[in-house]
Amino acid sequence: MEPIEKTTIIGKRIPKPDGPDKAIGRTTYINDMVLPMMLYGGILHAGRPHARIKSIDLSAAKALRGVHVVLSADDIPELLFGVNRDNRPLKGGKVRCVRDEVAAVAAETQAICDHALTLIKVDYEDLPAVFDPAEALKEGAPRIHDEKPDNKSLAYEFDHGDVGEAEQQSDVIIDDVFNVHYVTHCCMGTGCAIADFNADGKLTIYSQTQYPYNYKMDLAPALGVHPGDIRVIQPPVGGAFGSKLDVYPFEPVCALLAKAARRPVKLMFSREEEFINAPTRQPVRIHLRTGAKADGTLTFRDVDCLLNNGAYTSWGPTTPFVMMRTFTSHYRVPTVKCRFQSVYTNNPYAGSFRGYGNVQATYATAIHMDMLAEKLGMNLLELSLKNAQTSGEVSPQGSRLNEIAFAECLEMAAEKTNFVACAAANAKLWDTPGRIKRGIGLASSIHNAGGAKIHKSDGCGTILKLDDFARCTVITGASEIGQGIDAVIAQVVSEELGIPIADIILVNDDTAIGPWDVGVHASRTTFIAGNSAQRAAREAREQILAAAAKVSNVAADTLDLRQGWVVQESGGEPIMKLDKLLRNMHFQQEPELVMTTDYYEPPSEPENAKHVGDMSAAYSHAVHIAEIEVDTETGEIKVIRVTSVQDVGRIINELGLEAQIEGGIVMGLGYALSEELRIVDGQVTNPSFRDYKVPTAPEIPEMDLHFIETDSKTGPLGAKGIAELPTIVIAPAVANAVYNAIGIRFMDPPMTPEKVARAIWQRNTGKAAAE
Amino acid sequence: MTIKVDIEFVLNGRSVVASVAADLSALTLLRDQLGLTGTKLACGEGECGACTILIDGDSVNACLAYAVDLDGRDVLSIEGLRTEDVLHDIQQAFVDHGAIQCGFCTPGMIVQAKYLIDNNPKLTLDDLKRGLEGNICRCTGYKKIFDAVADAAKAGA
Repeated sequence: MEPIEKTTIIGKRIPKPDGPDKAIGRTTYINDMVLPMMLYGGILHAGRPHARIKSIDLSAAKALRGVHVVLSADDIPELLFGVNRDNRPLKGGKVRCVRDEVAAVAAETQAICDHALTLIKVDYEDLPAVFDPAEALKEGAPRIHDEKPDNKSLAYEFDHGDVGEAEQQSDVIIDDVFNVHYVTHCCMGTGCAIADFNADGKLTIYSQTQYPYNYKMDLAPALGVHPGDIRVIQPPVGGAFGSKLDVYPFEPVCALLAKAARRPVKLMFSREEEFINAPTRQPVRIHLRTGAKADGTLTFRDVDCLLNNGAYTSWGPTTPFVMMRTFTSHYRVPTVKCRFQSVYTNNPYAGSFRGYGNVQATYATAIHMDMLAEKLGMNLLELSLKNAQTSGEVSPQGSRLNEIAFAECLEMAAEKTNFVACAAANAKLWDTPGRIKRGIGLASSIHNAGGAKIHKSDGCGTILKLDDFARCTVITGASEIGQGIDAVIAQVVSEELGIPIADIILVNDDTAIGPWDVGVHASRTTFIAGNSAQRAAREAREQILAAAAKVSNVAADTLDLRQGWVVQESGGEPIMKLDKLLRNMHFQQEPELVMTTDYYEPPSEPENAKHVGDMSAAYSHAVHIAEIEVDTETGEIKVIRVTSVQDVGRIINELGLEAQIEGGIVMGLGYALSEELRIVDGQVTNPSFRDYKVPTAPEIPEMDLHFIETDSKTGPLGAKGIAELPTIVIAPAVANAVYNAIGIRFMDPPMTPEKVARAIWQRNTGKAAAE
Repeated sequence: MTIKVDIEFVLNGRSVVASVAADLSALTLLRDQLGLTGTKLACGEGECGACTILIDGDSVNACLAYAVDLDGRDVLSIEGLRTEDVLHDIQQAFVDHGAIQCGFCTPGMIVQAKYLIDNNPKLTLDDLKRGLEGNICRCTGYKKIFDAVADAAKAGA
């Protein structure tokens, strides 16, 4: 037998293990599922922004053949749920936004259900409505919730140093307002749930949730059931991107229908319903003042943000938690003052969305750096390097920036694109003849890369077992929503145990089986679940090597596991097959079955009441440079090339890493250029892919990706979380490139052709925009 | 009273008979009546390409086609690509290139890729970008999909 050399699977291009089934159409998504006895549910939405419900008549719907259950608020317990406990599954008394769920039906077919919904008669008395948060703060504004007379929802404050003093030390102060807009996730699989109560009154819910364990806690109060009596099963989903990080009313409604019907009920949104009823990204009005000395040293940031809360409170209004980190740690800022106020209106409401508040905050900070550079007569690279933190620095909020490579990211990106010279050359061409103008723009940001301790625990559990055939089952708390944790965990375990990827089985779709995890969010899963899986695998490895040492009479620390064999660490001489050893361990007088568990809690800390705390176990930076062309006649922006440099800690799966970064960049390009959920007087006016433009194949730029490996001391094999930064950084890079091309700043994305053409026309004619 | 029509067509190489409502879409026939859920419902209004199938070799959004119009036609859905135990070359290319994340757009993408490759032996990057314009992917950023299709095209899939 030949020696088996030591090889590594870390850093390799490993295809997702669930890929082949997805490629042949065999994967059964929740949207494809049908259970025996299953009924089809539907919801009657208010369709009006603010109205009193005078009466509701369900009789015709109930009388329709094939209808099993019709519910309104009168039929359900008066229980509240949501981040502010301000939401109900079905609304009684009044409706506060177009999404409001007024009644629900379960029927034998979707067609019967849809017909029944049209037979429900609701008599409304429209009430004065308010859609703008500034208006909603005014005396005498319509009141959205009786318990909140001033319409104020969540508020956050942070102070570090004295802005007044910092102003004195500043040679330059710039002062601007950014308005970042509504966008929506556009998951390819529309919102869907299947609920089923057993004879004991216990609920099994098939859900798209990306946080199954806390989901039980959040769903329970809406139903009046004990969270321990809810079992969450997570079939494959068609994307999530943060949209499934909260409980939304359709889920308890589905459960209430199932309870009343005593049969399983499936409730699935149409695409139009998805556009109108799914959460959005949080829109924010950001008033940002930035100060600097003449040499470019930043002196302060003073931030005042107004958030349109909409009618109810999901995660959107908590985005200040993350925005604050950007304002305090995107570059070295000695003095920071932040004020955030979220205000109830009659608009739809926002949830979490990839990048959370950082997409919004970085749009402002990264453009402000470009503006500051111009004002100071410096190039942006020079200004950025002057203020880029180095490893070991601590931010005003207590982020310990260890093993970072901010300056290296900036330098590499600039070098790859010849940024400084190109930017200087383009800027001289604004006013010259020629329809097409070229621009180059740079933006950077920082993000948590080692989880985010916003809950009491930011941990993840793993249960790992080996069978008699050296197949390894890894039961992880971490959910798979398409991002690729299946490959990463298999690689980490394969590396420790010397078992091929194909022999590793991942189980992570059932809360009755899996150990706790906080959820797929905050770019945390590779870091947290990867660490936990590695620790569980290491413990199994120790057990196996100890047993192998006993059998072979050599010291355990001279042995290794490679390709399904126990081998001599040096030389790689095979000693015994792993499956045979496992059977020997199992079927002996004192049997040993290899099963290990781990619960990994990252070494981070929650914020204190003053918002100070090292909330992530690692941080990382990305720099994007966008090269674009603007057609000054049509206003069309064409992105030619995006150069991305990102500190990734250590590459675990290069294929998955690239895929996340490319996908993130393109999602961010949609935010920058074309996507906007247009909400007019509380109504969503473009609820289709025809009118809501997500990026499609022809617009995709060349993407040139570079990675810097900093080897996080806390990350699994040195890795950091990577998935959100690409979406965060690209939009301001494009905005800065547009300025470089045509000399116009866009503080209010998206930069649609209409908006760009109008701004050019306005600039050229000196006239105010014609609406 | 719903009017039903008896139809007969070839689906993935096998003859199929079905009795369908006159207003039934080809997509609902495939998914709900014939149990082939590989073809995805993502918008139902011809905007996203997740339900792409081939009818007599032409690429069609199954959500916009009437089931009755399949009568006498030759239909290929994602389930029909693989004729052996191994994956079809295009399917394998999608797996190998990391062109699949959530995978919900994947069946439509792969069927559309087959259409493009079948109809253009010299597929350029521009050709395939234009040819995939009607298929929305929200996860991958498309680049790995381009790589997969180009690779499969080169292999003569």
